[in-house]
Amino acid sequence: MNASATVLILGANSGIARALCHRLAARKYRLILAARRTEELETQAADLRIRHGIEVACEPFDALDFDGHAAFFERCVQKSAGGLEGVVLAYGSMLPQATTQTDLTAAKRVLDANFTSPVALLSLAANHMEPRRRGWIAAISSVAGDRGRQSNYTYGAAKAGLSCWLQGLRNRLFHHGVHVLTIKPGFVDTPMTHGLLNPKSPLVATPEKVARDIDRAIHRRHNILYTPWFWRGILTIITTIPEALFKRLKM
Amino acid sequence: MTFVRQNLGGWGNCPVLPCAVARPDSVANLGAALTQGGQRDYIARGLGRAYGDSALNRDSGVLSSTGLNHFLEFDPQTGILECEAGVSFAEIIQHLLPRGWFLPTTPGTKFVTVGGAIAADVHGKNHHVDGSFGQFVLSLKLLTADGSVRICSPTQDSEIFWATVGGMGLTGVILSAEIQLLRVESAYYDVTYRRTGSLDQTLEQFAATDSTYRYSVAWIDCVARGASLGRSVLMLGRDVAATDLSPRLRRSPLVLPEKRIKAVPFNFPSLALNSWSVRAFNGLYYAAHGDCQKLVDYDTFFYPLDGIRHWNRIYGQRGFVQYQALFPRETSREGLVELLERITRSGRASFLAVLKSSGAAGQGMLSYLFPGHTLALDFPNTGRSLLPFLQELDAIVLRHGGRLYLAKDACMSTETFKAMYPRLPEFLAVKQRIDPEGKFMSSQARRVLGLGGN
Ligand SMILES: Cc1cc2nc3c(=O)[nH]c(=O)nc-3n(C[C@H](O)[C@H](O)[C@H](O)COP(=O)(O)OP(=O)(O)OC[C@H]3O[C@@H](n4cnc5c(N)ncnc54)[C@H](O)[C@@H]3O)c2cc1C
Ligand SMILES: NC(=O)c1ccc[n+]([C@@H]2O[C@H](COP(=O)([O-])OP(=O)(O)OC[C@H]3O[C@@H](n4cnc5c(N)ncnc54)[C@H](OP(=O)(O)O)[C@@H]3O)[C@@H](O)[C@H]2O)c1
Repeated sequence: MNASATVLILGANSGIARALCHRLAARKYRLILAARRTEELETQAADLRIRHGIEVACEPFDALDFDGHAAFFERCVQKSAGGLEGVVLAYGSMLPQATTQTDLTAAKRVLDANFTSPVALLSLAANHMEPRRRGWIAAISSVAGDRGRQSNYTYGAAKAGLSCWLQGLRNRLFHHGVHVLTIKPGFVDTPMTHGLLNPKSPLVATPEKVARDIDRAIHRRHNILYTPWFWRGILTIITTIPEALFKRLKM
Repeated sequence: MTFVRQNLGGWGNCPVLPCAVARPDSVANLGAALTQGGQRDYIARGLGRAYGDSALNRDSGVLSSTGLNHFLEFDPQTGILECEAGVSFAEIIQHLLPRGWFLPTTPGTKFVTVGGAIAADVHGKNHHVDGSFGQFVLSLKLLTADGSVRICSPTQDSEIFWATVGGMGLTGVILSAEIQLLRVESAYYDVTYRRTGSLDQTLEQFAATDSTYRYSVAWIDCVARGASLGRSVLMLGRDVAATDLSPRLRRSPLVLPEKRIKAVPFNFPSLALNSWSVRAFNGLYYAAHGDCQKLVDYDTFFYPLDGIRHWNRIYGQRGFVQYQALFPRETSREGLVELLERITRSGRASFLAVLKSSGAAGQGMLSYLFPGHTLALDFPNTGRSLLPFLQELDAIVLRHGGRLYLAKDACMSTETFKAMYPRLPEFLAVKQRIDPEGKFMSSQARRVLGLGGN
């Protein structure tokens, strides 16, 4: 690993990103934190500098501001001093399924936050890394994208789209020495799921546990990470149930 | 900010109460939770290491501060750290001990937050020399009932400051604080173990060593009776300079080799800790510790119980209560004898009992310690018979001019509390001024202030 290499974190205020930043900082990367809530970013940057003695920069960022993406990404490249070694996509948005069924603007927002905007931003990242023939991209998708279920299929479809797109991107960039990791967390105890999950359940992981897995998968160049590991088994079962039977289930 | 209904307990799991919990990840969200949360009242909660109901609020708001865990500023020249209230002692040690800075004083677990340590004005093994944690707080930011943030310190808004230090979260939510860390050369302590045969010998040992050892504590055998009542194993510690370490340790004097952490995986059936096993443990512990001197790392010295995560589960589902009594120096011998005799007679021997000598009182209006001796014990929750027994102990403590520790308490009555904390009116006057509607309230506060509905 290159000691002064820079990593950009998109959605650095997310629960999972916060934990992952500590892992990456411990490896002495320079970090660029990007998110909407800028005061929180500055707080996080100060924390990372003190704990890990690394350089941290902040950049205001709204994923739904599509017109601003190119300029935003250019600013990050400028700040990276020598190009981006890694890009982590760690934002996302989940609205209640019922809302997205009746409110199509809400449905579109979920698709944009989890699929369209990642496609736009990671294309910029890919085009930046491809000619340099180095670097890695790690994006958080979800196990929810492995099969559509009545309780969460708008979000699930967006994540499914993202997972599929990342497969293609991995295939493309492999030939240029750039690595792509798809991250599929199961249940994680973060602000997104506060009140929806029981944090004491053995199925629910801490952001720290998930961050440890992600950090390892990035640096071992894994392709698709289920975290915690047992979700791979759970999803194997869920995805092999025949559709004729699956449609009858209440999931 | 969403509030989620959840059954919460303190470290003793007694009581466990339904609360509405918000877990903000930033100061802004915490403020929104307070001003728009729609709950009757609120109490801050750190890592939930207070044993009883200090950080519980039945059917009402609990504001978890563990999401506010950022270091804000650190000056490596002076050792002054400014951090958010949800930063834990474990995190401070992890990042700053390797740079030569340690906590100026610490309770028996490192899994407490800075906010919780200020709110309980916690004490450690060095209380007789250095005082309690509040002495090392240079300033703090407090979110108060009207939603405003006040900066207070011993010189700025000092009344609010000293009501907040030791104030158990009742003046507002501590957002961040500046604390003075202690410069250390190594992560090790030079510890002398001394066995005593009786309570008198134990107290004599404390008196003889108070001025010569910075750290001291005694594990007391609370099964022994008669002439050996109060026999103990004293642990006396001193900081160790890097040059006094062996050549092997001197290479990295501030970093310990990695350790494995054991955990108690589930609640024990309540039979596991019966009086026989407690008796056997107490006897063995005493027998196992002869007089000796050795070099001990900070983790073993300050945090022996942290080596076993979730050790509180050995008390089973019903949980346990901690009982910490402080006696003034003049009466501590009689008080301790009476208390220990009552306890050994009851057959409710404690698994672990710890005795400490305490120094000058902190300036917090509700701060716990003053000069004397303080004894901490565990009692398993045996249901209805426990409360009358504890009330008997309360009466003994009160009769000798002593007091109980709010961070441990789950049962003390309003009358007992008022008699034990003479500066309560002063505290209530400040609370009335900055929180006239009682927006900050815990189940414990309702009980000890006699407000009902705890
Ligand atoms: C194994 C063990 C050993 C211990 N040994 C000692 C000891 O030696 N000496 C000692 O003094 N104590 C000791 N304690 C008690 C412990 O230090 C205190 O209860 C401490 O307050 C716990 O901190 P916490 O972060 O877990 O707070 P909590 O238990 O969550 O809360 C404790 C109190 O602090 C308040 N509070 C928490 N955060 C804030 C905030 N941000 N703003 C305002 N108020 C807040 C709460 O409202 C509550 O009243 C021990 C506890 C355990 C479990
Ligand atoms: N928690 C789980 O169980 C789970 C499971 C599988 C996958 N995931 C995925 O993990 C990722 C991280 O989520 P989390 O669980 O850590 O939850 P989180 O803390 O709620 O994080 C979500 C983050 O996304 C950001 N965000 C949303 N819309 C944005 C936009 N338009 N522009 C910029 N940022 C935006 C939010 O920023 P603000 O702070 O500004 O609102 C927030 O920080 C998400 O992709 C999520 O889908 C989570």
